[in-house]
Amino acid sequence: MGRITLEKVRKAFGEVEVIPPLDLTIEDGEFVVFVGPSGCGKSTLLRLIAGLEDVSGGQISIDGQDATELPPAKRGLAMVFQSYALYPHMSVRKNIAFPLKMAKLDQAEIDRRVNGAAEVLNLTDYIDRRPGQLSGGQRQRVAIGRAIVREPAAFLFDEPLSNLDAALRVGMRLEISELHKRLATTMIYVTHDQVEAMTMADKIVVLQAGVIEQVGSPLELYRNPRNKFVAGFIGSPRMNFVEGPEAAKHDAATIGIRPEHIAVSATEGAWKGKVGVSEHLGSDTFFHVTVDGFGDPLTVRAGGEVDIHYGDTVYLTPDAEHLHRFDKDGMRLA
Amino acid sequence: MARAVTNRRKTLNTGLAWAIGFIIFFPILWTILTSFKTEAQAISNPPVFLFFDWTLENYAIVQERSNYVRFLWNSVIIAGGSTILGIIIAVPAAWSMAFVPSKRTKDILLWMLSTKMLPAVGVLYPIYLICVELGVLDSRIALVVVMMLINLPIIVWMLYTYFREIPGEILEAARMDGAGLKEEVLYVLTPMAIPGIASTVLLNFILAWNEAFWTLNLTAVNAAPLTAFIASYSSPEGLFFAKLSAASTMAIAPILIMGWFSQKQLVRGLTFGAVK
Amino acid sequence: MATKASRSAARLMMAPAVVLLLGWMLIPLILTLTFSFKKFLPLRGDQIESGWDWFTFFPSLDWVGFENYGRFIGSSSFWPAVQTTLVIVLGVLFITVVLGILLALLLDQPMWGQGVVRILVIAPFFVMPTVSALVWKNMFMDPVNGLFAHLWRFFGAEPIAWLSEASLPSIIMIVSWQWLPFATLILLTAIQSLDGEQLEAAEMDGAPPLKRFWFIILPHLSRAVTIVILIQTIFLLSVFAEIFVTTGGAFGTRTLTYLIFQRVLESQNVGLGSAGGVYAIILANIVAIFLMRIVGKNLDT
Repeated sequence: MGRITLEKVRKAFGEVEVIPPLDLTIEDGEFVVFVGPSGCGKSTLLRLIAGLEDVSGGQISIDGQDATELPPAKRGLAMVFQSYALYPHMSVRKNIAFPLKMAKLDQAEIDRRVNGAAEVLNLTDYIDRRPGQLSGGQRQRVAIGRAIVREPAAFLFDEPLSNLDAALRVGMRLEISELHKRLATTMIYVTHDQVEAMTMADKIVVLQAGVIEQVGSPLELYRNPRNKFVAGFIGSPRMNFVEGPEAAKHDAATIGIRPEHIAVSATEGAWKGKVGVSEHLGSDTFFHVTVDGFGDPLTVRAGGEVDIHYGDTVYLTPDAEHLHRFDKDGMRLA
Repeated sequence: MARAVTNRRKTLNTGLAWAIGFIIFFPILWTILTSFKTEAQAISNPPVFLFFDWTLENYAIVQERSNYVRFLWNSVIIAGGSTILGIIIAVPAAWSMAFVPSKRTKDILLWMLSTKMLPAVGVLYPIYLICVELGVLDSRIALVVVMMLINLPIIVWMLYTYFREIPGEILEAARMDGAGLKEEVLYVLTPMAIPGIASTVLLNFILAWNEAFWTLNLTAVNAAPLTAFIASYSSPEGLFFAKLSAASTMAIAPILIMGWFSQKQLVRGLTFGAVK
Repeated sequence: MATKASRSAARLMMAPAVVLLLGWMLIPLILTLTFSFKKFLPLRGDQIESGWDWFTFFPSLDWVGFENYGRFIGSSSFWPAVQTTLVIVLGVLFITVVLGILLALLLDQPMWGQGVVRILVIAPFFVMPTVSALVWKNMFMDPVNGLFAHLWRFFGAEPIAWLSEASLPSIIMIVSWQWLPFATLILLTAIQSLDGEQLEAAEMDGAPPLKRFWFIILPHLSRAVTIVILIQTIFLLSVFAEIFVTTGGAFGTRTLTYLIFQRVLESQNVGLGSAGGVYAIILANIVAIFLMRIVGKNLDT
């Protein structure tokens, strides 16, 4: 249940091809995150899987059955929309019951499932209210509840946390992850936030301009990015890239080193530079260091209580084991 | 504007606004008050404002002498009938334009609105002649059809804007929830569209009720609605201010109340969305 | 949802509305055009046959080419009618727009009971034109028993016979009273859509209220004012009921619309009146083109 395969799936709007032919396999029970910058096609891809858009080519299979021509209602998938898309004229109870009503279940079964979902999501107190009377987080849960009761083959989430404030987002992230552990159902999750991707995914699919740049577990993408784009997208703060003579020293067009893999010393090191703005987060400190001859400043991470200030001269040493090398096309060198 | 506003300024604004509002509303107020006076008091000099012998005789006389109820009924049928007919024709049209738009949709909409700009007087005689030819001059059915035709563009337009405001994602959610087209329309679309449809009905009833060109020229005795009935007071005999007031008050009261509820719709419907 | 099946369903659903409006537009228009090129005086014996005549452009009537068009413009009532129309339209526009802006500004201010004031100000628009015209004519403007007469006498002056002595101003007053609410409501809506932050920024930059009005509010309103002017113009060109029940076109209140109405329904010179009607249609179309451009731009958003 819940194994989804995409073969040579492409999508064009008129003349514009937004997704060139693409292959992807999503295993049963996986939490897969589609991540990428705005306009990379991740939402489009989700909607193709859901059936809300028609593919321009290729095949989508769900549990071995060809679902390419099936309308959304028949694919056995449930979707949680970014704006929650709750029915404003129905109570929470009726919202959650709606898909079951469409499936023509008998009332007793509907009540059982609705009450069950409400309990799991802490909605029982609000079950007779209308969406307009609920907060953002509550509406989010109703949307999830509406998806759960269908016991679908897979859940599709379209940037569900974008409309919540920061604190709420962290809490909901955990709830969704826990939901996944409990239900063990496939979940496909779209987001532009790489922190969400890293913390929630079993497998991340990084997309750019409709093309899959890399598929892998969060740690895989962190440790072995296939190209500059993935290397720069995953990990916060961004990986530092250096070109020119320094890169040539390592036989590459560009080298990359993450802020957390640079050692800082006031006295000695490979690169000498001047400290610019520094950001103190309490647990970490991030410095922006301008190294002679390097162009853009490097971001360097240091422990919480380090005594380095604006204008100081520092020496940076990259950890050779974590140095990434890229050729002139941005592809990773072994 | 989230600033502390002095009470003094607020009082000044309130006083000025209420004064101007009162002046503008005065003719209506005066009409209502006069409807309860005797004819003698209606023309008295100095005019009496509130303190007179209130009487209901004018209302009784108007009904007795001219069978007011018949004209009222004509107005209701013409305004109501044309609105209902218009809705029946407009809902499918607006629905298809809002949910299955094509490249021509915008042009068709604009063309429909442009038919409302046709000066009535330019087509007065043909319509009059057609009514004579079909034997429907001075009949309610003719007016229902004509009223429907002149308001159809506005009805379609308003419904179109209301339908477009229904978030597409909610309809998609219904589809994901297993709803077919029938269920989508019945359980999700229609309930969400009802407020918009109600607003449209309200505004169009008002516009049809107040229409005073075709109702004056295509009716005589049988189908004359209130607009025409009141027009007959333009050459009356004897004292008639109080009776005119009574007839007028009855003619405008329902619409004033409905109008209060339809201000937003007025802006939407009559500026064709060009002002938000 | 845009599959082939739903596209043909959509076309079917639009059909009744489109067909009806097409018919409503074309049929009377073609008839008016036909009559405008013919001599048709029903009271003097010209007759049309029922049935096929309707589809063959009334062969029983004589063709007179552009004679009616020439006679209509050449008639001694034509230019006065045009002038009257212009005076009424421009007069009402001026009053409603200027007062409308002022009223809208006032109603936007903080006050108590704003909702009630709005109702008071909006009310005249919902009064049917025949009622408002007759109430004004009799209860206010009547030179013997009207309130204005009482007022004039109170100050020792001779009451004015409004509708006979100052007929155009009277008509303008009546029609302005009816349309002021419309202008006010539109302009108020537009003012309230103005982002308050713009004004606050200007205030912080040191601009006094008058300059804020002139440089920020007024330009923002310009679009709404244009719409008000265009829409009102279209409706004001066909002002009818108010003139019908007050002066019957006398005392110099005969607008182009009223002139055509008289030619066609009163003196029953259908050919002549139809030519006039064509002129009116052309005039209205010119205004409509401008309006449709603005509405069309809005549809794109």
